[in-house]
Amino acid sequence: MTDTATAETTTLDTRRIGDTLLKIDDISLSFGGVKAITGVSLEIREHEICAIIGPNGAGKTSMLNVVNGFYHPQQGTITFKGEVRSQMKPHLAAAGGIARTFQNVALFRGMSTLDNIMTGRNLRMKSNFLMQALHIGPARKEELEHRHFVEGIIDFLEIEAIRKIPVGRLPYGLQKRVELGRALAAEPDLLLLDEPMAGMNVEEKEDMCRFILDVNDEFGTTIALIEHDMGVVMDISDHVVVLDHGEKIADGTPDVVRADQNVIDAYLGVAHD
Amino acid sequence: MLYREAGQFKSNYASDQAIFPIAQDRWFMAVALLVAFVVIPTVFDEYMLQAVMIPFLIFALATIGLNLLLGYCGQLSLGTGGFMAVGGYSAYKFAIAFPEMNMIVVFALSGLCAAFVGIMFGVPSLRIKGFYLAVATLAAQFFLQWLFNKVAWFYNYNSSGTITAPPREMFGYMITGPEATAEVRYILTLSIVVVMALVAKNLVRGHIGRSWMAIRDMDIAAEIIGIRPMQTKLSAFAISSFYCGVAGALMVFTWLGSVETEAFSINESFQVLFMVIIGGLGSILGSFLGAAFITSVPILLTNLPQAFGLEMAIDLQKHFEVMIFGSLIIFFLIVEPLGFARLWQITKEKLRLWPFPY
Amino acid sequence: MDVLLTIFVDPFLDMFSDPVFFMEVVVTGLLTGVMYSLVALGFVLIFKASGVFNFAQGAMVLFAALTLVGLMERGVPVWVALIITAGVMTILAVLIERLVLRPLVNQPDIILFMATIGITFFLEGFGETVWGSDIHPLDVGIPAESFDFAGMLLNEFDVYAAIIGAVMVATLAIFFQKTAIGRALRAVADDHQAALSVGIPLKTIWIVVWSVAGFVGLVAGIMWGSKSGVQFSLSLIALKALPVLILGGFTSIPGAIVGGLIIGVGEKIAEIYWGPLVGGAIENWFAFMLALVFLLFRPQGLFGEKIIERV
Repeated sequence: MTDTATAETTTLDTRRIGDTLLKIDDISLSFGGVKAITGVSLEIREHEICAIIGPNGAGKTSMLNVVNGFYHPQQGTITFKGEVRSQMKPHLAAAGGIARTFQNVALFRGMSTLDNIMTGRNLRMKSNFLMQALHIGPARKEELEHRHFVEGIIDFLEIEAIRKIPVGRLPYGLQKRVELGRALAAEPDLLLLDEPMAGMNVEEKEDMCRFILDVNDEFGTTIALIEHDMGVVMDISDHVVVLDHGEKIADGTPDVVRADQNVIDAYLGVAHD
Repeated sequence: MLYREAGQFKSNYASDQAIFPIAQDRWFMAVALLVAFVVIPTVFDEYMLQAVMIPFLIFALATIGLNLLLGYCGQLSLGTGGFMAVGGYSAYKFAIAFPEMNMIVVFALSGLCAAFVGIMFGVPSLRIKGFYLAVATLAAQFFLQWLFNKVAWFYNYNSSGTITAPPREMFGYMITGPEATAEVRYILTLSIVVVMALVAKNLVRGHIGRSWMAIRDMDIAAEIIGIRPMQTKLSAFAISSFYCGVAGALMVFTWLGSVETEAFSINESFQVLFMVIIGGLGSILGSFLGAAFITSVPILLTNLPQAFGLEMAIDLQKHFEVMIFGSLIIFFLIVEPLGFARLWQITKEKLRLWPFPY
Repeated sequence: MDVLLTIFVDPFLDMFSDPVFFMEVVVTGLLTGVMYSLVALGFVLIFKASGVFNFAQGAMVLFAALTLVGLMERGVPVWVALIITAGVMTILAVLIERLVLRPLVNQPDIILFMATIGITFFLEGFGETVWGSDIHPLDVGIPAESFDFAGMLLNEFDVYAAIIGAVMVATLAIFFQKTAIGRALRAVADDHQAALSVGIPLKTIWIVVWSVAGFVGLVAGIMWGSKSGVQFSLSLIALKALPVLILGGFTSIPGAIVGGLIIGVGEKIAEIYWGPLVGGAIENWFAFMLALVFLLFRPQGLFGEKIIERV
């Protein structure tokens, strides 16, 4: 992708990446006396893959939580799809097309893989209670339709074999994949991934990268991901934002960020011979 | 060899999602229903029906109700007795006020009353987590029991404070009142419970059930994917109260005939809780198993020592019963929190492989 | 209109028309409140130190009282009986830790709570099997003369109860804040794993806490038992302690006292002044309804801590 005709890459890029989808303006968040985020602004454009990186405790997960509406910032605004809000509400974020995976795999342990991914379709299940109770007509049809869609995701993520297994019993790498499936089931416009490759071996990471790129490619989903693996970050992202101690210290393309002195001091370090 | 699924392929999602996907299970269910509807009323005598089967069914229904709330949605309620009381007393008032009303409608209305009361107590307390709901439901329990005791309107100002089910008939059979035979009452109760169990099963395998379980397992993640915690919990509470309400109504009309508020005390709440835990949290089948177990222990305790030639004083029996239940709760929570239902599942899994060990 | 007057005006008129009686009601309520607090203290202890909500606290009160009374009825002198009962409660703590807490160590809170419900039933059934279920009068030698104070009829016993309550609270507060064990207890309540990793012996801590809660239960049992005899309904009193905790906050020792006092007074006033309007027995549910109202506005209680969730 990098050494073929540059003209082609640029066209690909500009065709892919659209206008601003999510704009974070001067957000500050604190808990009691602890300042998690201070005055951070960033923009994520449609169809791009944006990586948020930085040392532990930099406020990356807190930032995602603010976007989801789980944390409410004391200051600043969030603009998603043109709507400006001083704080997001979780169900509005979900309804607006924001889906998320979590650092500590927040799957529903009592349910099977299939059921977990089906919960991702919850917002689209409209059949009322009575229909559900009798399992007839619209309720039945809806259930089967969504099952069909979810099976598509299961195929895509290659997890057919484990669909009926309670997720609590799955190995960590597969759990992360199921969680991605649940997020994808919502057909999101913006996908927030919190360390999707943590704790994975090389093969699993490659698989996950492939899935992320495919999702971005095939469905045009905008992706924001928190990731520590620099190889991955530099490889797949269009845009990198660096946070440190709750503040933004760099923002640009991977190459620009990689060379930024502040980033090197705070996070990347220098290669020793 | 008997229980193999080999060769049973599902060619569409509908058959995969059926309640009993395995053919042997379907046969088993058909036989069970046949036994329940036909064999039992013919073979069992009046005593067995009145003292064992009918209460078992009624408590199974209440257990399903509590299980929906606790086992599937993870919210603890200690007010089951109170909601059963709402069902019982509202059914009584409806039946007296509208003598021509079909009993099924009366039962449904009483369930709705209980659901409404459930929502009223739920709204303030479901916004927070943990044991707060338990305390709020205790409030419901004590307040409701007091209400039906003190406010004479509920028992039509009669001097004894008890309510008596008025005689009613359906399809030409007397279903309540002194003329109603145990067989008829049993069939009515059985039919209602079977239908409501089926509805419960449908609810838990659809998106309502999944949202309940999501809230139970990780409510924060559930909220972030768009499930509304308050509404979901409230729906579980309302539906659970509906079930308990109908169970209470059945208690008055098809089991005891005459009832006073003591029948709906906090002891009932604990009994049903035990049935849920021992039967299996989050299992409809488990609700039946737990109810069967708990309703049969007192009978065993009465009859077993006699079988050995020993006599046990009544109150000693009660103490033993209480001790046994307490220890069983702890035992099941430690060893198999999914209760008898899980043990049943494991048995089935072993049967699948039988005669091979694995 | 009349109804509104009867509910919202008359009771207050009653209060003002006989202020001495009103004070008597308030004082009686306060003293009952102290008794509730004694039970609630046991809850707070265990919750603060192990994060477990011990539904069995009431059963422990009953069991301690039953054991004490049972021993005394068989001729054991008071002080020996007290020591033996304290020993029994310690053994109970050890058993509970071994048989219930340890196997359930990483389970969600609701499972532990239900396990304590199991313990409740077991203790009640066991206590009554061993000691019988009659009402046992209990007399440990606390004076119980009525006396006149500023025109109010009070009882020495209640005053003693208040003093004992105050002493217990002070002792426990100091214990938690100032001693090493107290610190360890708070660490355990915060995070089991972290406490283990700094070498705090979880098992020992739990045994200590449940024993102390057992002693607190014994004191509460003595007070309640002396007042109204040792009987099964003692364990129902524990249920009343739950609203106390909601008002005061689950983790606050002063909260248990303040909550208990508010509940005690509130209940009494409601019963005396509003009770006759509705046939009495408001006391059965008043505390719980008050707690429900509190849940609406201040779920963490007056002194409790707000918990911040992390994803």
